[in-house]
Amino acid sequence: MLEIRGLRGGYGQVEVLRGISMSIGAGEIVAVLGSNGAGKSTLNNTLCGIVPAFSGQVRFDGHDVTRSRYTDIVAAGLIQVPEGRRIFPNLTVLENLALGSYLRGRAKREQNIERVFAIFPRLGERVAQRAGTLSGGEQQMLAIGRGLMGEPRLLILDEPSLGLSPLLVEEVFDLIRRLNDEGLTILLVEQNVGQSLAIAGRAFVMENGAIVFTGTPGELLANSDLKRAYLGI
Amino acid sequence: MLELSILFPSVLNGLTTGAVYALIALGLTLIYGVLHIINFAHGALLMIALYGVYFLHQSLGLDPYASLPVMVPAMFALGYGLQRFVIGRASHGKDENILLVTLGLAIVMENLALYLWRSDTRTIETAYTFTTVGILGAMISIPKLAAFAGALAVCAVLLLLLAKTDLGRAIRAIAKERHGAKLVGIDVEHVFAMSFGIGLACLGAAACFLLPAYYVNPQVGNGFVLIAFTIVVLGGMGSFAGALAGGFIIGVVESVGGLWLGESLGQIGIFLIFIAVLLFRPQGLFGART
Repeated sequence: MLEIRGLRGGYGQVEVLRGISMSIGAGEIVAVLGSNGAGKSTLNNTLCGIVPAFSGQVRFDGHDVTRSRYTDIVAAGLIQVPEGRRIFPNLTVLENLALGSYLRGRAKREQNIERVFAIFPRLGERVAQRAGTLSGGEQQMLAIGRGLMGEPRLLILDEPSLGLSPLLVEEVFDLIRRLNDEGLTILLVEQNVGQSLAIAGRAFVMENGAIVFTGTPGELLANSDLKRAYLGI
Repeated sequence: MLELSILFPSVLNGLTTGAVYALIALGLTLIYGVLHIINFAHGALLMIALYGVYFLHQSLGLDPYASLPVMVPAMFALGYGLQRFVIGRASHGKDENILLVTLGLAIVMENLALYLWRSDTRTIETAYTFTTVGILGAMISIPKLAAFAGALAVCAVLLLLLAKTDLGRAIRAIAKERHGAKLVGIDVEHVFAMSFGIGLACLGAAACFLLPAYYVNPQVGNGFVLIAFTIVVLGGMGSFAGALAGGFIIGVVESVGGLWLGESLGQIGIFLIFIAVLLFRPQGLFGART
């Protein structure tokens, strides 16, 4: 579904991504792991057309989207739930969800809002509340809910467990697995190695803007040098 | 002390002026809220709009109120184009550049107006210019009453648009979270230009409501932009409710102050309020503390 070949990119003159190649098939959960500063978020933002690619190629559903605008990428169904949630703090929960279908999934807006409330009942209790006043966990739910409103074909989740209580982390990973069971393809970018590997079918490890490992979670966990060098476990 | 029979007409007069002030300030605060810049060209653009209404009246005999369907879309288009192709292009993503570009635009427009139309102060005369109606014993001119009703109606439409439509939600969303807006597929450049266009459309409407009871010359915008800026600070930068309330407050203060201190000193009250707000409530009446 998503194919990345030799992708280089970064900010201004600074190259952050140094030739990334990976692929994600339909229905997979793929984990991208790596420490802070490895280039994971830059990779996401390059895929979404927010940070320009220097060279290489990104194909989504067979179409070249390397230099597409971010609007076209969302319209194609490649949707990111960003690190730090990036919800609209001055808008209500309901308005945040509505804007999730600004470009895509507009026809089924009402239906999808009901679906999000079924997944996150707590959001349903706070429809008219300003998003900025939600707790961290609720904000994360809203960010994921807003992402789902765009009827993603591939959902990128950037650090969805960051800053959540252990109980909520459990809940979020449960949800990711459930969404995947319903057929959603997921690219999971995480520092939470244990939980991610428990639900991912395949994993990539990034370091200094390059991929240093590709394989199954089992292979990664069996490789103690790799674990120690890059994941700190 | 002032008697009620003098004070009431003065307050009424202030409210009618205040509604137009609010309309101008609403445009300014919208542009500020979304683009995070003070549009220094706001006054000059109001001047352009006033000349537009003036020449539509002089050459085509169009009544100022009948000019609304021409001026509002025309000013919107001008604003959209300016932001998309001039200000946005020239800014290179830096807010301070936008500031300078709008300042430059204001200077160019003002001097172009001086060159083309000279510094003459022009007015138009309509059949209703000097007609008045009585409200609870106070006499008020038809153009002022029309300006009050019209400006309120435009404000209501604008607030409804911001509250209830996807474009309005996108405008408010971008004001606080540009990155998040991009990730749901909101075309940020387009919404910037829409906001600028809507802000100028307010000026187009304000010009139509102003001219029957006012005048136009190349510097006419300066007085308004200073007042509009005060209103925006008073109400809270980027706050729509604040612009509305601030407009009325400033209108009434100016009018009652004029009654008390004389026409030329009437504006002192405005700037005393301005200083007081900056000292004691810098976030404005409706602004969020940051």
